Amino acid sequence: MSARERDWDGVRLHVVTGKGGTGKTTLAASLALALASGGRRVLLVEVEGRQGVAQLFDCPPLPYEERRVAVAPRGGEVHALAVDPEAALLEYLEMFYGLRRAGEVLTRFGVIDFATTIAPGVRDVLLTGKATEAVRRRVRRDRARRDAPGTDAPAPFVYDAVVMDAPPTGRIAQFLNVNAEVAGLARSGPIRNHADRVMEVIRSAETVVHFATLLEEMPAQECLDGIAEVAGAGLNVGGVLVNMVRPPLLDPDTLARAALGETDTAALVQGVKAAGLEHPEEIARGLADELVGHALRVRLESDVRDRLASAGRPRYELPLLTDGVDLAGLYRLAETLRDQGAA
Amino acid sequence: MNPTGPPRLDIDVLLDDPATRIIVCCGSGGVGKTTTAAALALRAAERGRHAVVITVDPARRLAQALGLSELDNTPRPVPLRDPGSREDGGSLHAMMLDMKRTFDEVVEAHADPGRAEQILANPFYQSLSSGFSGTQEYMAMEKLGQLRESGEWDLIVVDTPPSRSALDFLDAPKRLGRFLDGRLIRFLSAPAKGGGRALRLLGAGFGMVTGIVGKVVGTQLLTDVQRFVSAFDAVFGGFQERAERTYRLLQAPGTAFVVVAIPEGDALREASYFVERLRGDRMPLAGLVLNRVHSTGVPQLSSVRSLAAAEALDEHGEHPLAAAALRLHAESARVRDAESRLRARFTSVHPEVALAEVPAQPEDVNDLDGLRVIGRALADGADRP
Repeated sequence: MSARERDWDGVRLHVVTGKGGTGKTTLAASLALALASGGRRVLLVEVEGRQGVAQLFDCPPLPYEERRVAVAPRGGEVHALAVDPEAALLEYLEMFYGLRRAGEVLTRFGVIDFATTIAPGVRDVLLTGKATEAVRRRVRRDRARRDAPGTDAPAPFVYDAVVMDAPPTGRIAQFLNVNAEVAGLARSGPIRNHADRVMEVIRSAETVVHFATLLEEMPAQECLDGIAEVAGAGLNVGGVLVNMVRPPLLDPDTLARAALGETDTAALVQGVKAAGLEHPEEIARGLADELVGHALRVRLESDVRDRLASAGRPRYELPLLTDGVDLAGLYRLAETLRDQGAA
Repeated sequence: MNPTGPPRLDIDVLLDDPATRIIVCCGSGGVGKTTTAAALALRAAERGRHAVVITVDPARRLAQALGLSELDNTPRPVPLRDPGSREDGGSLHAMMLDMKRTFDEVVEAHADPGRAEQILANPFYQSLSSGFSGTQEYMAMEKLGQLRESGEWDLIVVDTPPSRSALDFLDAPKRLGRFLDGRLIRFLSAPAKGGGRALRLLGAGFGMVTGIVGKVVGTQLLTDVQRFVSAFDAVFGGFQERAERTYRLLQAPGTAFVVVAIPEGDALREASYFVERLRGDRMPLAGLVLNRVHSTGVPQLSSVRSLAAAEALDEHGEHPLAAAALRLHAESARVRDAESRLRARFTSVHPEVALAEVPAQPEDVNDLDGLRVIGRALADGADRP
């Protein structure tokens, strides 16, 4: 592996949040691809039951099972898992209590329904629990010995990194702070112990929370509020992923004047005529209006960029994919993330 | 503009009709639901209604847009410094839902002081009122019912909670009600009621379930739940019925649902799903508000021709400003075309759904004037002569 500087070396759980509409699922998927490139193995975990990951990678809906969804550039694999809280609960009961067959009775009494849809924190601890379990999971001993005989070092991790497509910014601190969430409900007992184990991973230096945003006021405000809240909860803030950035089409001077409503309409008329278009005056007037609108938006975007910079976190800018988000677009975003040192 | 297209959603007719008593704004996250709700309430107030807008959004964005530093659980008057305000003018109040406070108030209103105190101090009640998924939706609907009953406002505009699913506010209250009235909670509380008979009625599997629940969550929780239910039962009973009542209020003739979306694939897919669900539940749908619609300054010049013209100018290295403007236009024409395609996909599936469009604003809304602009745009979306 190259010795180039990457911002998140040592981080094994990347939580990606963002306001609705900022493209957090797309960015989580791109980050997973970026982290996997160069021969690594990354798990992308979806927790909101939307099957957005399957749509992005153009594959059938994901079952509750880890499967490979993409091959990364220069080797490497992205696996994906859509966590279903009910299945996770039954799996958990089986793993810790050998209670698989109790599922039917529990379902009949509404216990499963209660635990996975209503009880505060239980659903969240099941979802985060699944992700942290994947972070800690190691290759089985016998297999590790076979691959590297004669070593006594701990077996390698199954996944080099886990990326979680997490709930939106408004709920992220509560979602990750499962300990506080279940505290009111279960002050002792196995659920509490499980929550403590999950928290250990989430609070460690191995976990960071990245924020997806746009160059618009409200998403940016929510991003900054979210950063403060996550930091306040004692969790590690990762980077700010600025999505759907449009390339500049005009030089700064022209933009500054256009923002004041000054456009050289005569020059536009000349140009439109030279291009051989009909009704040059009318077209030039329309183009001038569009220039002014564009300049105002660019000015607003630049204000937003300054405010985002005030958070003092690494920022990555991802281009707007004008043809919509498809598989090729994901690879392009992944490459951009790598170029900027995010992976 | 589009004579064969979908019917236009005439916002002013909706707002001016005294029979319209409740407007519910729903849709997926990030589509401008809160702003739409505030703009509708403001416009209604300035057209003479006594309107109140309830928001449940924790980001406090409505507060910013309404020029208030903070909202709390009681409706606060919003000063309308409209210079032309009439004598018979309307009024606007705004509030942000505090779910715990609302729940506490329900308890305080229904229980005698001693019992209320006992309930409020119960740890299980405290999780229930501040953390249970569904409580926010339940309490939003509870608050809606309260405001409707108070008769102080003739129009209530509701912004729905930012849920896991946009439909949660329809489902969650019933789910929570079902749980509170349900088998599980009766069963968890059975020992406190000395109910050997109740236990027998629950039948087989009882011992197994107590065993598992006790083992997994600890016995402390069981005790809390038992105490909570016995205190609560005496006061209320019928959570499900309460939820049913607000659900029926939503189906009543004075209610209008406004589905909010933006011209993007996911948002319109969600809107489509929502329209179908509302129809299935016989909820009165007023129409679709499509926010952030882009238009161009030169509608007759297509994206392809504009780009070709820009390239022609580039070849000669002349007229750089015009070339850049043409590229910019090519991009905005492309966006407009893509949005038209998405809208057409929606309207061909739902030709009967009335539509109002709000153009993308150059800057975000952060004051009443900004909301007025949105309100006017909503009304103009009706394209009246």
